[in-house]
Amino acid sequence: MDTFEIKKHKIWIMKSLRKGLGLGRPDHGQERNMFEKCPSCNTVFSRKELEDSHHVCPSCGYHFRMGAHDRIRLICDPGSFEEMAAGMTSANVLDFPDYRQVLKEAKQVSGLNEAYVFGRCTVRSYAAVTGVLDSSFIMGSMGATVGEKITLSIEYAQQHQLPLIIFSASGGARMQEGTVSLMQMAKTSAAMRRFSHQGGLFVSCLTNPTTGGVLASYASLGDIILAEPGALIGFAGPRVIEQTIGQKLPEGFQTSEYLLEHGFLDRIVERSELRDIIGQILKLHERRRSASWNL
Amino acid sequence: MESLTAYDRLGLARRMDRPRTMDFIRRMFTDFIEFRGDRCYGDDHAVVGGVALYRGLPVTILGHRKGSNVEDNILCNFGMPHPEGYRKSQRLAKQAEKFGRPVICFIDTPGAYPGTGAEARGQGQAIADNIALFSELKVPVISVVIGEGGSGGALAFGVADRVLMMENAVYEILSPEGFASILWRDSSLADRACRLMKPTAQDLLELGIIDALIPEPEGGAHMDPDAAIDSVDRQVQRSLSVLMKQDLLTLVRNRDRKYRNMGSRKTLSQKTKE
Repeated sequence: MDTFEIKKHKIWIMKSLRKGLGLGRPDHGQERNMFEKCPSCNTVFSRKELEDSHHVCPSCGYHFRMGAHDRIRLICDPGSFEEMAAGMTSANVLDFPDYRQVLKEAKQVSGLNEAYVFGRCTVRSYAAVTGVLDSSFIMGSMGATVGEKITLSIEYAQQHQLPLIIFSASGGARMQEGTVSLMQMAKTSAAMRRFSHQGGLFVSCLTNPTTGGVLASYASLGDIILAEPGALIGFAGPRVIEQTIGQKLPEGFQTSEYLLEHGFLDRIVERSELRDIIGQILKLHERRRSASWNL
Repeated sequence: MESLTAYDRLGLARRMDRPRTMDFIRRMFTDFIEFRGDRCYGDDHAVVGGVALYRGLPVTILGHRKGSNVEDNILCNFGMPHPEGYRKSQRLAKQAEKFGRPVICFIDTPGAYPGTGAEARGQGQAIADNIALFSELKVPVISVVIGEGGSGGALAFGVADRVLMMENAVYEILSPEGFASILWRDSSLADRACRLMKPTAQDLLELGIIDALIPEPEGGAHMDPDAAIDSVDRQVQRSLSVLMKQDLLTLVRNRDRKYRNMGSRKTLSQKTKE
């Protein structure tokens, strides 16, 4: 969960940076035509360039975090995405102080009602259900509503016998909803198991960052697990581990590349290839192909 | 005991002299035999697993093991499992299903171990698999939170037909110290965090997350460990005798429904109405 801290730090850096460059707040669909600096190689380029390159640094290949709707534009065939349960919002289940305010600000910053967006779509003409966690909404954390929406997306895919693709980006469980958040791990995992028993295909795509209770539940239950390059993926956050073991972590620890090497991913996929790879996976899993085959 | 704060209870839950999983096993069961190893990488001392008789009925026991002195604590990694512990539990739970034995779990952990080896060997994956497996295990499952139930590392043993919780146990999303350090960057605010997190048995009973609260002796379980264990024993017996009468399909369907409704729109709006 300390990715939350990293994020805060990054926001602070980006804010100072923007101030330095004479720029305003980060745009989430409102302001356009700004400049952006790559946190990895420091190259400055225009937002237009960044959008054209699917939020990947044209110079060094660094994968910027991506909002839910940008992700949907990247993956789904144009105009095919029909969002579901878009109006669901979170309640303050534990009467946690300031949580309402936190939710309100998150809505403003992200332009979303909650951190998870899902719907029906086609990818390279194959029908599917796609869900995306957006890290700009309270670090993409999973509380009751996010857990419920993820479960609804699984159940919709099951009912309609559609493959399910979920892009995770999350600091883990939503702190402000306490043990209720924890139970969402059980709810989503159980739903995923039911879906799997019905022969449903789940492609889990881990993006920067996927940690804590999200990694330790549905996101690890993919038939196929993909990740974007350089994403932070782990159960415990790096700062917690450093504090526990009392030493600095090695370079590259808990990255996509590290997980691939340790056998926990099927493939690392560059953002520019994601749509084709997912399209290919959907093609290879079409039920009718196996059902109607004869020589 | 009404006047105790959540933080007081956390203190009680963490006491060295509080009865631990091994004490429960010794007093509640007979013929216990421990089975070890995940058949993959290693054996995790932070998780104990085996088979015993519960009033004559063969059952599988799984639990966090913290140890009762410093030497034991270190050997058991203070009850913080590595992936091997969760994989051992999956192996033993599948065996329980094969031989038709109910599973009884004891939860007592600060959380899954946050270390480099644990990450390299897939802590997240191991916990996810445990949760998914227990969500559909075709035998009765009872979980008892006896001390500290910390985070996903606790939930891995907490997907059950009946979740029972001792009066002074706590069940939380992560340690109050970690919680305070994330939200306010100050781990010394654990007292405040503890209050806001609503981690006590009473809180969780009201939220519908646990099924029963088991009273402890005056002053806490450590004041009279035998009496405390016997209260748990009575509740386990009651729960198990109900669950053993259900056919397995109904059992799994009910368990499924229970977790499906955790924090769903339906249950949340009911709570708001109350």
